[in-house]
Amino acid sequence: MIYEMGEYDIAVIGAGHAGVEAALASARLGMRTILFTLSLDTIANMPCNPSIGGTAKGHLVREIDALGGEMAKAADATFLQSRMLNRGKGPAVHSLRVQSDRRAYHAYMKSVLEHQENLWLKQDEVVSVTCDAEGRINGVVTRLFAHYTVKAAIICTGTYQRGMIHVGEVSYSSGPDAVAPSVGLTDMLKTLGITIRRFKTGTPCRLNRRSIDFSKLTVQEGDTPVVPFSFETEGPLYNKVVCYMGYTNEKTHEIIRENLHRSPIYSGRIEAIGPRYCPSFEDKVVRFSDKPRHQLFLEPMGEDTEEMYMQGMSSSLPEDVQLAFIRTIEGFEHAEIMRNAYAIEYDCCDPLELMPTLEFKAVPGLYGAGQFNGTSGYEEAAAQGLIAGINAARSILGKEPVILDRASSYIGTLIDDLTVKGCSDPYRMMTSRSEYRLILRQDNADKRLTPLGYDIGLISEERYARFEAKMKQIEQEIARLEKQTLPPSKALNDMLVSRGTSPISTGTHIADLLRRPQLSYENVIQFDASAPLLPYAVREEVAIEIKYAGYIQKQLAQVEQMRRLEAKRLPVNLDYEKINGLSLEAREKLQKIRPINIGQASRISGVSPADVSVLLIWLQQKEGKV
Amino acid sequence: MIQTIAAIATPAAAGGISVIRISGEDAFLVADRVFRARNGKLLLGRNGYTATYGDIYFHNEKIDEAIATVFNAPHSYTGENVVELSCHGGLYLTQEVLRAVLENGARMAEPGEFTKRAFLNGKINLSQAESVMELISAQGKEALRAANAQLSGALSKQISSVKEELLKLAAHLSAWVDYPEEEIPEVDEDEILSSTGNALMKLEHLLSQFDTGKLIREGIDTVIVGKPNVGKSTLMNLLSRCERSIVTDIAGTTRDIVEETVRLGDLILRVSDTAGIRETTDTVEQIGISLAKQRMEQAALVLAVFDGSTKWSSEDEMILSAGEQTSVAVINKSDLPIITDAERIAQVFEHVVVLSANDPSSLNVLEREIRLALNLSGVDPFAPMLLNERQRICTQRAASSLKQVICEVKNGMTFDAVTVLIEDAIDALMEITGEKVTDAVVDSVFSNFCVGK
Repeated sequence: MIYEMGEYDIAVIGAGHAGVEAALASARLGMRTILFTLSLDTIANMPCNPSIGGTAKGHLVREIDALGGEMAKAADATFLQSRMLNRGKGPAVHSLRVQSDRRAYHAYMKSVLEHQENLWLKQDEVVSVTCDAEGRINGVVTRLFAHYTVKAAIICTGTYQRGMIHVGEVSYSSGPDAVAPSVGLTDMLKTLGITIRRFKTGTPCRLNRRSIDFSKLTVQEGDTPVVPFSFETEGPLYNKVVCYMGYTNEKTHEIIRENLHRSPIYSGRIEAIGPRYCPSFEDKVVRFSDKPRHQLFLEPMGEDTEEMYMQGMSSSLPEDVQLAFIRTIEGFEHAEIMRNAYAIEYDCCDPLELMPTLEFKAVPGLYGAGQFNGTSGYEEAAAQGLIAGINAARSILGKEPVILDRASSYIGTLIDDLTVKGCSDPYRMMTSRSEYRLILRQDNADKRLTPLGYDIGLISEERYARFEAKMKQIEQEIARLEKQTLPPSKALNDMLVSRGTSPISTGTHIADLLRRPQLSYENVIQFDASAPLLPYAVREEVAIEIKYAGYIQKQLAQVEQMRRLEAKRLPVNLDYEKINGLSLEAREKLQKIRPINIGQASRISGVSPADVSVLLIWLQQKEGKV
Repeated sequence: MIQTIAAIATPAAAGGISVIRISGEDAFLVADRVFRARNGKLLLGRNGYTATYGDIYFHNEKIDEAIATVFNAPHSYTGENVVELSCHGGLYLTQEVLRAVLENGARMAEPGEFTKRAFLNGKINLSQAESVMELISAQGKEALRAANAQLSGALSKQISSVKEELLKLAAHLSAWVDYPEEEIPEVDEDEILSSTGNALMKLEHLLSQFDTGKLIREGIDTVIVGKPNVGKSTLMNLLSRCERSIVTDIAGTTRDIVEETVRLGDLILRVSDTAGIRETTDTVEQIGISLAKQRMEQAALVLAVFDGSTKWSSEDEMILSAGEQTSVAVINKSDLPIITDAERIAQVFEHVVVLSANDPSSLNVLEREIRLALNLSGVDPFAPMLLNERQRICTQRAASSLKQVICEVKNGMTFDAVTVLIEDAIDALMEITGEKVTDAVVDSVFSNFCVGK
């Protein structure tokens, strides 16, 4: 019954945020790539909040862009409102977040895929993979019994794999947004020795804009001017909508408490693990019972729809309870639900079974990315998709894999966390996950990663030339400010005093003034007649590099230290059973995770500093130094 | 292959019994070459924890009787095969038994090597190993008590409490940064300053106690000075007679300085007796005197001895400079009428005792005064204390990061940078306890703050 449908290099299974980046990277690196989706109408869908970015996630989007990914450009092309979060808390934690037009974002991505050389889009469900005699992936099989010959496959099934939706007492098999779930692949993966786990996530309801009393809500405006996501986007960009903010109250919480027994989670029907950081509203009410009110946001789903997304109110209670508690909220007395809130359970893998290239250790040629790997969020998914696509292509091309370390990027931190520490609940990126925050800023993502993106082949010559010019401008301006002095003047000293810092009495280097926390580049530069006209991105970079130089140095020293441990490589086939002195737990974990170096080993939970010293001594002995 | 090692496991001093420990894969083979059981059986193949009576032979000559105790790997201190030979004490004899063992296939163990192997074989963890090393080297009872208190966790409790305080702050900062749209309370300057100030105070206390702890552990470097014939040697002899523990031959010691480690009650003194200090034209004596003065300046404690029974002299006057250091003035010969200028001595020295170096009960008076002079009387041996240089360096690193936090916050630095310093401090403290800082902060965020997507 099985029929041949052609030969490709790489099959990408699923066209969500991970699959899209994986397929584009693969095709752009010259691989014949076939991208499977359950429905062409849900490519790059946003089944949860209609937004891209946010704290640390915004960093990921910038990094994806710096490496040559698509997400940032799509976000810039289809955003409705943009805000730089955490202004005033320091440049390391500035994070860009946009409200997106959900349908426009989908259409943009679909069009990019359709126009991409080497890329074939196919609506079908992959239900199985085939392997050669050595166990290497050599094909995929669809529900229609079509066999596609491939050299590698990337699984990006998101929350679709054996998806199960729960609303109160009702449960039914489904993917998000009423798309059918995928069902076949799980059994096949199990026979390949891959562990399948069950995770859960949830989404709030969507309301009709016309049923809401906005006079009782607070308006939240976007930024002016808008900072674009992509280093390639040339502005100016303008906001098109506003968002709204409101609060729940004791009455709302009372209804939740009275109906907890009708929740599939509290009644024990869902056993899958949900994200700690993204609790349902009923979780918040139960865990933080002393909070008299919770904040919520109302965000438009698109420019040409009245649907509004109710951020902060994810729930799996029955629909009647949802309606009842929403209507207790000021401004929502007459709210009408268009799509109800729900929880969804799905199959995912254990990322500890993946190598840092995102290829399965047990199955050569098989890669995983996105929510299937146990993460949550569009940005985390896209980041993994990009890396999996790059590495699958490079493996076929016989090139070295691309492994980003923790000091290079949030992407590297994400993949290191996943493949070394694993995750017991859907993993979300946060700035606090990185120990190198002051160097991993969203403003310098291009400096950190664009040279690599260029080497990989995802950054065009033209873009790289522009990048180099920008770096040169930054370097020259920093050197200039270190030399250039400003003489004391009444105007300058008035400004200094007005900003709460001491006046100067002799000529002072501009860089020294910039090091004062109270002063910005713009504050100081107005007194410098010789200052060149520079673009915002350059000025921003110059100011941060000068102001935080001490901290950046400090972090670079930590990076040095980390990289020394990363350079101590552990043999892939090392038998940890044979090393005396390892604790039982460490031995088990090391045997399973097989870290590629001492640095990774030291981050595995259960591997203590004592175990690490045993490994170090073992390595030394092996090298004949003891 | 891992070599079999051996060493004398009991102190190198005359005693009733000495133990030679042999550890390694070939421990039984080696032991069987020097030890012949009276029942004629080999040690190889014995059950663990059994003792066998027999004789030690060296070059086919019986040199001692001994009991051999057998431990089978991994059920031994080191986790390897171990034989312990308990032979008759006596420095020479013990050395001979060890030589026999070493000539029959074992290698001399390096200092701490048994404990290192125990650690490498997973018998003990790093902090236990550290505590064991401290226990082994703790010479005084006070030091032993301190080491025991650390084993039971007084230090780790104190470090944890500081760490928790900083973690709470770091978690608040993280939640406030990572969830800008949630109602996380603002972090303000005062919160950072008070939390870090608190933590810094505790760390600085630990650091200030480190030197005191060192005095207790390693002994007090003490110098006895005085003009000739005031009874320095008598005092030295008195101190030496009371439970002499270890006599050391310090390299570079000239015949003008005799150094001994003595126990005074619960304290350990490392005492140097010096040449009498006086004006002299004798070149050889001058060298001795200048050495004495130099030694005095380096010492942690000076015992300045005066002869109570003679009149005040210009030579006594020369000794008064000791009063500028941590010192106790000893007015000796209290059995005779006191005619020296006791008032002059009391003006210069904060701590003065009057005693007779011939009377052993004088030691109690002296110990009490030394404790007062060194501020040791208030030391609680059960209080948390940093045990070693590694712990001190970590604590020092944490303290200096916190000082920088306070300074930067006052300067108006943004909190993203300040957070890095706070995490540095936590990181340093976690090096003592062996945890990971970012994981701890993330966990703390989720358990303390109501956050969502």
